[in-house]
Amino acid sequence: MSSTFLGLPSFPVAARESTRDGQLRANLRHATHTIRAKRAVAVGELSDWGELRAAGAAIKDHTLAHLDHYLQQLEQAVTAAGGHVHWAADADEANRIVTDLVHATGETEVVKVKSMATQEIGLNEALAAQGIRAYETDLAELIVQLGDDRPSHILVPAIHKNRAEIRDIFRTQMAAWGRPAPQGLSDEPAALAEAARLHLRQKFLHTKVGISGANFMVADTGTLVVLESEGNGRMCLTLPETLISVVGIEKIVPTFRDLEVFLQTLPRSSTAERMNPYTTMWTGTTDGDGPKEFHLVLLDNGRTDTLADTVGRQALRCIRCSACLNVCPVYERAGGHAYGSAYPGPIGAILTPQLRGTATELDASLPYASSLCGACYDVCPVAIDIPDILVHLRQRVVEGGETVRGGVKTVLEPAKGHTTERAAMRAARWVFTHPAAFAAGRRAATATRRLHSRRLPGPGRAWTDTRDLPAVPAQSFRAWWQRTHTTKGGTP
Amino acid sequence: MRAALFLTCVNDTLYPDTGRAVVRLLERLGVEVDFPLAQTCCGQAHYNTGYRHEAEPLARRHARVFRDYDYVVTPSGSCAAMVRDIHPRLGGRARAEGRGDGLARDLTGTGTRTYELTEFLVDVLGVTDVGAYFPHTVTYHPTCHGLRMLGLGDRPRRLLEAVRGLELRELAGAEECCGFGGTFAVKNSDVSAAMGADKVANAVRSGAEVLCAADNSCLMHLGGTIARQGTAIRPVHIAEILASTREEPLRLPATGAPVHMTVGRPGTEARARREGTHR
Ligand code: SF4
Repeated sequence: MSSTFLGLPSFPVAARESTRDGQLRANLRHATHTIRAKRAVAVGELSDWGELRAAGAAIKDHTLAHLDHYLQQLEQAVTAAGGHVHWAADADEANRIVTDLVHATGETEVVKVKSMATQEIGLNEALAAQGIRAYETDLAELIVQLGDDRPSHILVPAIHKNRAEIRDIFRTQMAAWGRPAPQGLSDEPAALAEAARLHLRQKFLHTKVGISGANFMVADTGTLVVLESEGNGRMCLTLPETLISVVGIEKIVPTFRDLEVFLQTLPRSSTAERMNPYTTMWTGTTDGDGPKEFHLVLLDNGRTDTLADTVGRQALRCIRCSACLNVCPVYERAGGHAYGSAYPGPIGAILTPQLRGTATELDASLPYASSLCGACYDVCPVAIDIPDILVHLRQRVVEGGETVRGGVKTVLEPAKGHTTERAAMRAARWVFTHPAAFAAGRRAATATRRLHSRRLPGPGRAWTDTRDLPAVPAQSFRAWWQRTHTTKGGTP
Repeated sequence: MRAALFLTCVNDTLYPDTGRAVVRLLERLGVEVDFPLAQTCCGQAHYNTGYRHEAEPLARRHARVFRDYDYVVTPSGSCAAMVRDIHPRLGGRARAEGRGDGLARDLTGTGTRTYELTEFLVDVLGVTDVGAYFPHTVTYHPTCHGLRMLGLGDRPRRLLEAVRGLELRELAGAEECCGFGGTFAVKNSDVSAAMGADKVANAVRSGAEVLCAADNSCLMHLGGTIARQGTAIRPVHIAEILASTREEPLRLPATGAPVHMTVGRPGTEARARREGTHR
């Protein structure tokens, strides 16, 4: 695992801070609500959305069920087309492979296409430790990098920043990374984009190594596919002499034709576009056109462990559209950083505890970072039942049980810190399965109702800090029923 | 027609008025209501918190208690969803764990005979005008499990629109979760409170006197927020509105501040307090 996210606080602790940040809340609210509404319109245009969604899920499920086969097929196809394929079991291995490949070119600078996989493994930090500077070229990633910040959204990594904040970052930081921001830069979107364009253009023209991820890898042709909106990705994918792509093994689709489904669902779900502006596809290398060297690093990093879980494996269908983030009321208020990984929002809450396990307090808290409202499942273009997986992972946290870590079957102990809750749940189950006890408890609650405070001490404070408790009524329903409908009803 | 009332453990203890309202309403519509006293809890809180195995005996007990009824009616969207959607999954998971078909067998059937109240009224009884009278402005919050798991659609709305004297007000961001989420409300209390405050603010902005929903768990969270803020809008379960008649009208709950008629423009003090807590 990369060190970027080590030692971060649990979700509720991080969210306590971020929910109180008025500027952050306002930025997120505005951004997510805007894109949420646009997505609904873009998706609503397609009468066959339901079928596309089902087809996407089916293609992914089929591929995952035969992943070994398709990966080998892909390796053959990429190799036959002049590329080199490397296999990385975890983040460290992937970082080592990429570092060595860059070293072999003799270069110390690389340009990067926006990529989730390289964030997941903390590639930039690993490269920096070896004296290699990685330049992010996606506009939002550039903002995050210049601001020495972390991305907080899959698609819009700087969603937590507004225009004025971005202008300040450009003004103060651009010079340290290359061409400085123009004098008197305003916070007009066009001016900001132009400043970034000038700054990045230099990098594109002079840097000899490009690093990317990929949205899809086609097994039968060996083609990699990157979808983007700015064209900066295409610059990185075509101008450098060497291209290194780090891609999670689940990004594979069997045939070129399968792209038909995802090239419809991904743009509409993520940017609310009917078709994304730039779709770059490449197959190995081509003489006299594009990079002369192409390396594909296939990344596992917890994916085969995830695949071993019959409930949780659905998460590997994800095409990283970020629609689930944009509809999530928890994400909207807590912000992306609280999720403590490259993957924020609902998908992060189910993916991170599977890729990294649930050993840390943060990772064990992620499955609880949801009210289970189900909005994420509704919009997911590959129909991942996120609430179902959340509950499943909660069970892994509180009950422990069998799982696979690093390819080895492991039996997890129930997590610490849930002892009181576990006892309470067990007690409640006993009471509810012994109705006489249930009735007695309710009578006690009713009898002592005048003693009940509207504010609780201890853990209950989490409720009563902001909310009153309901008053316990003088008579339970059951008591009323027995008085008024005595001849009816079952026996207790 | 005979139907069993599955009231839910929360309503039984904390919201008996809702139970009485369902009984009154259904009896008024000619349904013979039974309340099996052996009912306790469907296991939802256990299941959603990760204690699936603790939820199993509760689900089993629930199925047994309601086995002999053709219609089981519940005034809770989330408990209806638990019985209909989750109980069958419990059986499937037990089977996948090599524990045989027993649980799946025990849990079949009850779900398909379980109806959330508004579904029962509209789909089974075929009524939207239940003869109710409630001369107030009302805004309706469609709770998540009713909206997404059960697909209640416009049933609650149609029922409310047919109520004499009732004026329905649009709720901005209606489909957004209120932030209750069971143990979420405690485990992630800051986010939950922020969501609740936003929902209440939208409800207040609707100008309605009453915030109506078909689930008391959500209303407990929203009502608690409303009471703490001293906001004037009142949380009321849809069953109580539908049970209200000209002869026996529902009087708005007397807790909290009196309903004040300019709720669209809350007093500066309440607004300052609200903004201070979540902005
Ligand atoms: S889980 Fe679904 S909605 Fe969320 S990013 Fe992945 S594909 Fe998109």
